[in-house]
Amino acid sequence: MANLKALKGRIGSVKSTQKITKAMKMVAAAKLRRAQDAAEAGRPYAEQLAGVMSRLASGVTVGPESPRLLAGTGKDDVQLIVVATSERGLAGAFNSNIVRAAVRRARELQAQGKTLKFYLVGKKGRAVINRVFPGQTIHQVDQTHIKTVSFDDALEVARDIMQRFEAGEFDVAHLFYAKFQSALVQIPTEKQLIPVEVPAGHGTHTETSEDGKHTRTVSNDDHKGPVAAVEYEPDEATILEALLPRNIAVLLFRAFQENAASEQGSRMTAMDNATRNAGEMINKLTIQYNRSRQAAITTELIEIIAGAEAL
Amino acid sequence: MADMHFELVTPEKLVRSEDAFMVVVPGTEGDFSVLAGHAPLMSVVRDGEIAIYSSPTTVTSRIKVQGGFAEVNDKGLTILAEHVEEIR
Repeated sequence: MANLKALKGRIGSVKSTQKITKAMKMVAAAKLRRAQDAAEAGRPYAEQLAGVMSRLASGVTVGPESPRLLAGTGKDDVQLIVVATSERGLAGAFNSNIVRAAVRRARELQAQGKTLKFYLVGKKGRAVINRVFPGQTIHQVDQTHIKTVSFDDALEVARDIMQRFEAGEFDVAHLFYAKFQSALVQIPTEKQLIPVEVPAGHGTHTETSEDGKHTRTVSNDDHKGPVAAVEYEPDEATILEALLPRNIAVLLFRAFQENAASEQGSRMTAMDNATRNAGEMINKLTIQYNRSRQAAITTELIEIIAGAEAL
Repeated sequence: MADMHFELVTPEKLVRSEDAFMVVVPGTEGDFSVLAGHAPLMSVVRDGEIAIYSSPTTVTSRIKVQGGFAEVNDKGLTILAEHVEEIR
Protein backbone atom coordinates (compact mmCIF):
# COMPACT_ATOMS: atom_id res chain seq x y z
CA MET A 1 0.00 0.00 0.00
CA ALA A 2 1.27 3.42 -0.99
CA ASN A 3 1.98 5.64 1.91
CA LEU A 4 -0.78 7.93 3.09
CA LYS A 5 1.03 11.24 2.84
CA ALA A 6 2.15 10.64 -0.73
CA LEU A 7 -1.41 9.74 -1.73
CA LYS A 8 -2.77 12.87 -0.11
CA GLY A 9 -0.24 14.94 -2.02
CA ARG A 10 -1.22 13.35 -5.33
CA ILE A 11 -4.91 13.93 -4.72
CA GLY A 12 -4.13 17.58 -4.00
CA SER A 13 -2.10 18.01 -7.17
CA VAL A 14 -4.72 16.35 -9.38
CA LYS A 15 -7.36 18.57 -7.80
CA SER A 16 -5.46 21.73 -8.61
CA THR A 17 -4.91 20.51 -12.18
CA GLN A 18 -8.63 19.93 -12.44
CA LYS A 19 -9.28 23.48 -11.31
CA ILE A 20 -7.03 24.80 -14.05
CA THR A 21 -8.57 22.69 -16.80
CA LYS A 22 -12.05 23.63 -15.61
CA ALA A 23 -11.19 27.34 -15.73
CA MET A 24 -9.63 26.92 -19.20
CA LYS A 25 -12.75 25.16 -20.39
CA MET A 26 -14.94 27.97 -19.18
CA VAL A 27 -12.72 30.64 -20.73
CA ALA A 28 -12.68 28.72 -24.03
CA ALA A 29 -16.46 28.46 -23.97
CA ALA A 30 -16.81 32.22 -23.57
CA LYS A 31 -14.23 32.90 -26.27
CA LEU A 32 -15.88 30.38 -28.56
CA ARG A 33 -19.13 32.31 -28.39
CA ARG A 34 -17.36 35.51 -29.26
CA ALA A 35 -15.47 33.89 -32.12
CA GLN A 36 -18.68 32.38 -33.46
CA ASP A 37 -20.45 35.72 -33.31
CA ALA A 38 -17.58 37.35 -35.17
CA ALA A 39 -17.69 34.68 -37.86
CA GLU A 40 -21.44 35.13 -38.10
CA ALA A 41 -21.10 38.91 -38.50
CA GLY A 42 -18.69 38.52 -41.38
CA ARG A 43 -20.96 36.25 -43.38
CA PRO A 44 -23.02 38.90 -45.26
CA TYR A 45 -19.89 40.50 -46.72
CA ALA A 46 -18.41 37.20 -47.80
CA GLU A 47 -21.68 36.09 -49.37
CA GLN A 48 -22.17 39.36 -51.21
CA LEU A 49 -18.62 39.35 -52.49
CA ALA A 50 -18.86 35.74 -53.63
CA GLY A 51 -22.10 36.56 -55.43
CA VAL A 52 -20.63 39.58 -57.17
CA MET A 53 -17.49 37.65 -58.09
CA SER A 54 -19.40 34.81 -59.68
CA ARG A 55 -21.65 37.22 -61.60
CA LEU A 56 -18.62 39.12 -62.84
CA ALA A 57 -16.51 36.12 -63.66
CA SER A 58 -19.27 34.49 -65.66
CA GLY A 59 -19.01 37.44 -68.03
CA VAL A 60 -15.25 37.43 -68.30
CA THR A 61 -13.41 34.71 -70.12
CA VAL A 62 -10.17 33.61 -68.59
CA GLY A 63 -7.45 34.25 -71.10
CA PRO A 64 -3.82 35.25 -71.18
CA GLU A 65 -4.72 38.90 -70.77
CA SER A 66 -6.93 38.42 -67.72
CA PRO A 67 -5.46 39.32 -64.33
CA ARG A 68 -2.77 36.93 -63.16
CA LEU A 69 -4.48 36.43 -59.83
CA LEU A 70 -7.33 34.83 -61.73
CA ALA A 71 -5.55 33.13 -64.59
CA GLY A 72 -2.41 32.08 -62.70
CA THR A 73 1.10 32.15 -64.08
CA GLY A 74 0.44 29.32 -66.45
CA LYS A 75 2.72 27.04 -64.46
CA ASP A 76 2.36 25.10 -61.25
CA ASP A 77 5.99 24.30 -60.48
CA VAL A 78 6.34 26.24 -57.26
CA GLN A 79 3.60 25.63 -54.75
CA LEU A 80 3.10 27.82 -51.72
CA ILE A 81 1.46 26.20 -48.75
CA VAL A 82 -0.07 28.60 -46.28
CA VAL A 83 -0.67 26.90 -42.95
CA ALA A 84 -2.84 28.74 -40.47
CA THR A 85 -2.51 27.40 -36.95
CA SER A 86 -3.10 28.88 -33.52
CA GLU A 87 -0.68 30.71 -31.28
CA ARG A 88 -1.41 28.62 -28.23
CA GLY A 89 -1.39 24.95 -27.50
CA LEU A 90 -3.56 22.85 -25.20
CA ALA A 91 -6.30 22.73 -27.79
CA GLY A 92 -6.51 19.00 -28.30
CA ALA A 93 -5.59 17.80 -31.77
CA PHE A 94 -6.50 21.13 -33.38
CA ASN A 95 -3.06 22.19 -34.56
CA SER A 96 -1.74 18.73 -35.32
CA ASN A 97 -4.78 18.02 -37.51
CA ILE A 98 -4.16 21.10 -39.64
CA VAL A 99 -0.45 20.43 -39.89
CA ARG A 100 -1.05 16.79 -40.73
CA ALA A 101 -3.39 17.71 -43.58
CA ALA A 102 -0.86 20.22 -44.89
CA VAL A 103 2.03 17.77 -44.67
CA ARG A 104 0.04 15.06 -46.44
CA ARG A 105 -0.77 17.42 -49.32
CA ALA A 106 2.83 18.67 -49.38
CA ARG A 107 4.11 15.11 -49.73
CA GLU A 108 1.72 14.53 -52.63
CA LEU A 109 2.94 17.66 -54.37
CA GLN A 110 6.53 16.75 -53.68
CA ALA A 111 5.98 13.34 -55.25
CA GLN A 112 4.76 15.17 -58.36
CA GLY A 113 8.09 16.94 -58.50
CA LYS A 114 6.86 20.36 -57.40
CA THR A 115 8.94 22.80 -55.44
CA LEU A 116 7.39 23.55 -52.07
CA LYS A 117 7.40 26.72 -50.07
CA PHE A 118 5.73 27.24 -46.73
CA TYR A 119 4.12 30.32 -45.33
CA LEU A 120 3.20 29.84 -41.69
CA VAL A 121 0.62 31.79 -39.78
CA GLY A 122 0.58 31.09 -36.05
CA LYS A 123 3.45 29.52 -34.21
CA LYS A 124 2.06 26.08 -33.50
CA GLY A 125 2.76 24.76 -36.96
CA ARG A 126 6.37 25.89 -37.05
CA ALA A 127 8.10 23.09 -35.19
CA VAL A 128 6.65 20.24 -37.25
CA ILE A 129 6.87 21.93 -40.66
CA ASN A 130 10.41 23.10 -40.05
CA ARG A 131 11.40 19.58 -39.07
CA VAL A 132 9.66 17.74 -41.91
CA PHE A 133 10.53 20.28 -44.60
CA PRO A 134 13.62 22.06 -43.29
CA GLY A 135 14.61 25.32 -44.94
CA GLN A 136 11.48 25.61 -47.04
CA THR A 137 9.61 28.10 -44.90
CA ILE A 138 9.70 31.52 -46.52
CA HIS A 139 7.82 33.48 -43.92
CA GLN A 140 6.27 33.13 -40.49
CA VAL A 141 3.51 35.43 -39.34
CA ASP A 142 3.36 36.15 -35.66
CA GLN A 143 -0.12 36.77 -34.31
CA THR A 144 0.64 36.46 -30.61
CA HIS A 145 -0.21 40.07 -29.95
CA ILE A 146 -3.58 39.83 -31.67
CA LYS A 147 -6.55 39.06 -29.45
CA THR A 148 -9.26 38.87 -32.06
CA VAL A 149 -8.30 38.83 -35.72
CA SER A 150 -9.40 41.95 -37.52
CA PHE A 151 -9.77 42.34 -41.24
CA ASP A 152 -6.62 44.47 -41.29
CA ASP A 153 -4.57 41.55 -40.01
CA ALA A 154 -5.88 39.40 -42.81
CA LEU A 155 -5.32 42.20 -45.30
CA GLU A 156 -1.70 42.50 -44.24
CA VAL A 157 -1.10 38.81 -44.77
CA ALA A 158 -2.98 38.90 -48.08
CA ARG A 159 -0.90 41.86 -49.33
CA ASP A 160 2.33 40.11 -48.39
CA ILE A 161 1.29 36.93 -50.17
CA MET A 162 0.18 38.84 -53.27
CA GLN A 163 3.44 40.76 -53.36
CA ARG A 164 5.36 37.51 -53.29
CA PHE A 165 3.12 36.23 -56.07
CA GLU A 166 3.79 39.31 -58.18
CA ALA A 167 7.51 38.87 -57.53
CA GLY A 168 7.18 35.38 -58.99
CA GLU A 169 8.04 33.51 -55.82
CA PHE A 170 5.37 30.89 -56.44
CA ASP A 171 2.69 29.85 -58.95
CA VAL A 172 -0.05 28.32 -56.85
CA ALA A 173 -1.00 28.97 -53.24
CA HIS A 174 -2.95 26.64 -50.99
CA LEU A 175 -4.39 27.56 -47.64
CA PHE A 176 -4.86 25.15 -44.76
CA TYR A 177 -7.08 25.84 -41.79
CA ALA A 178 -9.70 24.13 -39.67
CA LYS A 179 -13.29 24.70 -40.59
CA PHE A 180 -15.53 25.05 -37.60
CA GLN A 181 -18.50 22.71 -37.49
CA SER A 182 -19.21 22.36 -33.79
CA ALA A 183 -17.30 22.38 -30.53
CA LEU A 184 -16.67 18.67 -31.12
CA VAL A 185 -15.93 18.66 -34.83
CA GLN A 186 -13.43 20.79 -36.69
CA ILE A 187 -12.51 19.81 -40.19
CA PRO A 188 -9.01 20.52 -41.52
CA THR A 189 -9.70 22.19 -44.85
CA GLU A 190 -7.70 23.07 -47.90
CA LYS A 191 -8.57 26.06 -50.05
CA GLN A 192 -6.83 27.32 -53.15
CA LEU A 193 -5.86 30.96 -52.68
CA ILE A 194 -4.08 31.80 -55.93
CA PRO A 195 -5.18 31.57 -58.68
CA VAL A 196 -8.55 32.60 -57.33
CA GLU A 197 -11.21 29.96 -57.63
CA VAL A 198 -14.36 31.72 -58.63
CA PRO A 199 -17.50 30.27 -57.11
CA ALA A 200 -19.76 28.88 -59.78
CA GLY A 201 -22.73 31.06 -60.60
CA HIS A 202 -26.10 29.85 -59.44
CA GLY A 203 -27.53 29.05 -62.81
CA THR A 204 -26.81 32.35 -64.46
CA HIS A 205 -25.52 33.12 -67.88
CA THR A 206 -24.45 36.35 -69.46
CA GLU A 207 -25.82 37.74 -72.64
CA THR A 208 -23.80 40.11 -74.72
CA SER A 209 -25.35 42.49 -77.21
CA GLU A 210 -24.28 42.28 -80.83
CA ASP A 211 -21.90 45.20 -80.70
CA GLY A 212 -20.37 43.73 -77.54
CA LYS A 213 -20.87 46.93 -75.61
CA HIS A 214 -23.55 45.78 -73.25
CA THR A 215 -23.69 42.68 -71.21
CA ARG A 216 -26.31 41.45 -68.86
CA THR A 217 -26.49 38.65 -66.41
CA VAL A 218 -29.52 36.46 -66.76
CA SER A 219 -30.53 34.07 -64.09
CA ASN A 220 -31.62 30.76 -65.57
CA ASP A 221 -33.87 29.79 -62.73
CA ASP A 222 -35.54 33.15 -62.38
CA HIS A 223 -38.08 33.90 -65.07
CA LYS A 224 -40.21 36.23 -63.02
CA GLY A 225 -39.57 39.28 -65.08
CA PRO A 226 -37.24 40.99 -67.45
CA VAL A 227 -33.72 41.28 -66.10
CA ALA A 228 -32.26 44.67 -66.76
CA ALA A 229 -28.81 45.07 -68.19
CA VAL A 230 -26.20 45.76 -65.55
CA GLU A 231 -24.07 48.81 -66.06
CA TYR A 232 -20.44 48.50 -65.14
CA GLU A 233 -18.35 51.36 -63.90
CA PRO A 234 -15.54 51.43 -65.07
CA ASP A 235 -15.88 48.02 -66.81
CA GLU A 236 -16.12 44.37 -65.88
CA ALA A 237 -12.45 43.56 -66.21
CA THR A 238 -11.37 46.53 -64.09
CA ILE A 239 -13.90 45.76 -61.40
CA LEU A 240 -12.80 42.15 -61.36
CA GLU A 241 -9.20 43.25 -61.04
CA ALA A 242 -10.12 45.48 -58.10
CA LEU A 243 -12.09 42.76 -56.38
CA LEU A 244 -9.64 39.88 -56.79
CA PRO A 245 -7.16 41.02 -54.13
CA ARG A 246 -10.06 41.78 -51.83
CA ASN A 247 -11.39 38.31 -52.38
CA ILE A 248 -8.09 36.80 -51.27
CA ALA A 249 -8.07 38.97 -48.15
CA VAL A 250 -11.62 37.90 -47.38
CA LEU A 251 -10.74 34.23 -47.88
CA LEU A 252 -7.88 34.61 -45.43
CA PHE A 253 -10.02 36.56 -42.99
CA ARG A 254 -12.72 33.90 -43.07
CA ALA A 255 -10.09 31.22 -42.56
CA PHE A 256 -8.65 33.04 -39.56
CA GLN A 257 -12.10 33.46 -38.08
CA GLU A 258 -12.98 29.82 -38.63
CA ASN A 259 -9.65 28.90 -37.12
CA ALA A 260 -10.28 31.05 -34.05
CA ALA A 261 -13.66 29.43 -33.49
CA SER A 262 -12.24 25.95 -34.12
CA GLU A 263 -9.36 26.55 -31.74
CA GLN A 264 -11.64 27.57 -28.91
CA GLY A 265 -14.07 24.75 -29.66
CA SER A 266 -11.28 22.22 -29.72
CA ARG A 267 -9.80 23.60 -26.51
CA MET A 268 -13.17 23.49 -24.81
CA THR A 269 -13.64 19.84 -25.70
CA ALA A 270 -10.09 18.94 -24.72
CA MET A 271 -10.38 20.71 -21.40
CA ASP A 272 -13.76 19.15 -20.72
CA ASN A 273 -12.21 15.74 -21.21
CA ALA A 274 -9.26 16.66 -19.04
CA THR A 275 -11.55 17.85 -16.25
CA ARG A 276 -13.53 14.63 -16.41
CA ASN A 277 -10.39 12.49 -16.40
CA ALA A 278 -9.07 14.40 -13.42
CA GLY A 279 -12.36 13.75 -11.61
CA GLU A 280 -12.08 10.02 -12.29
CA MET A 281 -8.51 10.02 -11.10
CA ILE A 282 -9.43 11.83 -7.90
CA ASN A 283 -12.14 9.23 -7.21
CA LYS A 284 -9.70 6.38 -7.72
CA LEU A 285 -7.05 7.96 -5.58
CA THR A 286 -9.55 8.77 -2.83
CA ILE A 287 -10.71 5.16 -2.70
CA GLN A 288 -7.12 4.02 -2.54
CA TYR A 289 -6.40 6.58 0.17
CA ASN A 290 -9.38 5.46 2.29
CA ARG A 291 -8.49 1.78 1.89
CA SER A 292 -4.95 2.31 3.05
CA ARG A 293 -6.13 4.48 5.93
CA GLN A 294 -8.53 1.73 7.04
CA ALA A 295 -5.85 -0.87 6.65
CA ALA A 296 -3.53 1.19 8.79
CA ILE A 297 -6.19 1.60 11.51
CA THR A 298 -6.99 -2.12 11.45
CA THR A 299 -3.34 -3.00 11.81
CA GLU A 300 -3.01 -0.58 14.71
CA LEU A 301 -6.09 -2.04 16.44
CA ILE A 302 -4.82 -5.58 16.00
CA GLU A 303 -1.54 -4.52 17.51
CA ILE A 304 -3.26 -2.89 20.53
CA ILE A 305 -5.58 -5.83 21.14
CA ALA A 306 -2.73 -8.29 20.78
CA GLY A 307 -0.73 -6.23 23.23
CA ALA A 308 -3.61 -6.10 25.76
CA GLU A 309 -4.18 -9.86 25.56
CA ALA A 310 -0.51 -10.53 26.17
CA LEU A 311 -0.70 -8.81 29.55
CA MET B 1 -41.32 58.18 -54.16
CA ALA B 2 -40.74 54.97 -52.37
CA ASP B 3 -37.63 54.32 -50.38
CA MET B 4 -35.08 51.79 -51.49
CA HIS B 5 -33.21 49.27 -49.44
CA PHE B 6 -29.65 50.11 -48.56
CA GLU B 7 -26.98 47.86 -47.07
CA LEU B 8 -23.47 48.69 -46.03
CA VAL B 9 -21.30 45.73 -45.09
CA THR B 10 -17.70 45.29 -44.02
CA PRO B 11 -15.89 41.98 -43.56
CA GLU B 12 -16.38 42.40 -39.82
CA LYS B 13 -20.02 43.31 -39.63
CA LEU B 14 -23.20 44.50 -41.25
CA VAL B 15 -22.99 48.25 -40.66
CA ARG B 16 -26.29 49.37 -42.12
CA SER B 17 -29.36 47.65 -43.35
CA GLU B 18 -32.13 50.17 -43.72
CA ASP B 19 -34.43 51.95 -46.11
CA ALA B 20 -33.23 55.24 -47.49
CA PHE B 21 -34.60 57.79 -49.88
CA MET B 22 -31.32 58.36 -51.63
CA VAL B 23 -27.68 57.46 -51.18
CA VAL B 24 -24.85 59.44 -52.75
CA VAL B 25 -21.88 57.22 -53.58
CA PRO B 26 -18.43 58.39 -54.66
CA GLY B 27 -17.77 56.17 -57.67
CA THR B 28 -14.35 55.96 -59.29
CA GLU B 29 -15.77 57.73 -62.32
CA GLY B 30 -17.64 60.40 -60.39
CA ASP B 31 -20.23 60.59 -57.66
CA PHE B 32 -23.62 59.13 -58.32
CA SER B 33 -26.77 58.95 -56.30
CA VAL B 34 -29.04 55.96 -56.10
CA LEU B 35 -32.77 56.28 -55.64
CA ALA B 36 -35.49 53.67 -55.73
CA GLY B 37 -35.81 52.04 -59.13
CA HIS B 38 -32.23 52.71 -60.17
CA ALA B 39 -30.94 50.61 -63.04
CA PRO B 40 -28.67 47.69 -62.07
CA LEU B 41 -25.11 48.89 -61.69
CA MET B 42 -21.79 47.70 -60.42
CA SER B 43 -19.15 50.23 -59.58
CA VAL B 44 -15.89 50.51 -57.76
CA VAL B 45 -16.11 53.12 -55.03
CA ARG B 46 -13.21 55.43 -54.38
CA ASP B 47 -12.25 56.31 -50.82
CA GLY B 48 -14.59 59.04 -49.69
CA GLU B 49 -17.88 59.80 -48.10
CA ILE B 50 -21.28 58.32 -48.74
CA ALA B 51 -24.31 60.36 -47.75
CA ILE B 52 -27.60 58.80 -46.79
CA TYR B 53 -30.75 60.84 -47.34
CA SER B 54 -34.05 60.06 -45.66
CA SER B 55 -35.87 62.71 -47.71
CA PRO B 56 -34.79 64.93 -50.61
CA THR B 57 -33.40 67.48 -48.20
CA THR B 58 -32.32 65.68 -45.04
CA VAL B 59 -29.06 63.84 -44.70
CA THR B 60 -29.38 61.26 -41.94
CA SER B 61 -25.77 60.21 -41.90
CA ARG B 62 -22.47 60.49 -43.64
CA ILE B 63 -20.10 57.56 -43.59
CA LYS B 64 -16.50 57.49 -44.73
CA VAL B 65 -15.70 54.39 -46.73
CA GLN B 66 -12.43 52.89 -47.83
CA GLY B 67 -11.88 50.17 -50.37
CA GLY B 68 -15.47 50.06 -51.47
CA PHE B 69 -17.60 48.46 -54.11
CA ALA B 70 -21.23 49.22 -54.89
CA GLU B 71 -23.87 47.05 -56.47
CA VAL B 72 -27.37 48.11 -57.39
CA ASN B 73 -29.87 45.41 -58.22
CA ASP B 74 -33.61 44.99 -57.95
CA LYS B 75 -33.27 44.50 -54.19
CA GLY B 76 -31.57 47.84 -53.68
CA LEU B 77 -28.10 49.16 -53.11
CA THR B 78 -25.34 47.22 -51.44
CA ILE B 79 -21.97 48.71 -50.62
CA LEU B 80 -19.08 46.47 -49.66
CA ALA B 81 -16.31 48.35 -47.89
CA GLU B 82 -13.11 47.34 -46.19
CA HIS B 83 -13.30 50.20 -43.73
CA VAL B 84 -16.07 52.47 -42.61
CA GLU B 85 -16.06 55.39 -40.26
CA GLU B 86 -19.19 57.24 -39.22
CA ILE B 87 -19.05 60.98 -39.23
CA ARG B 88 -21.16 62.62 -36.57
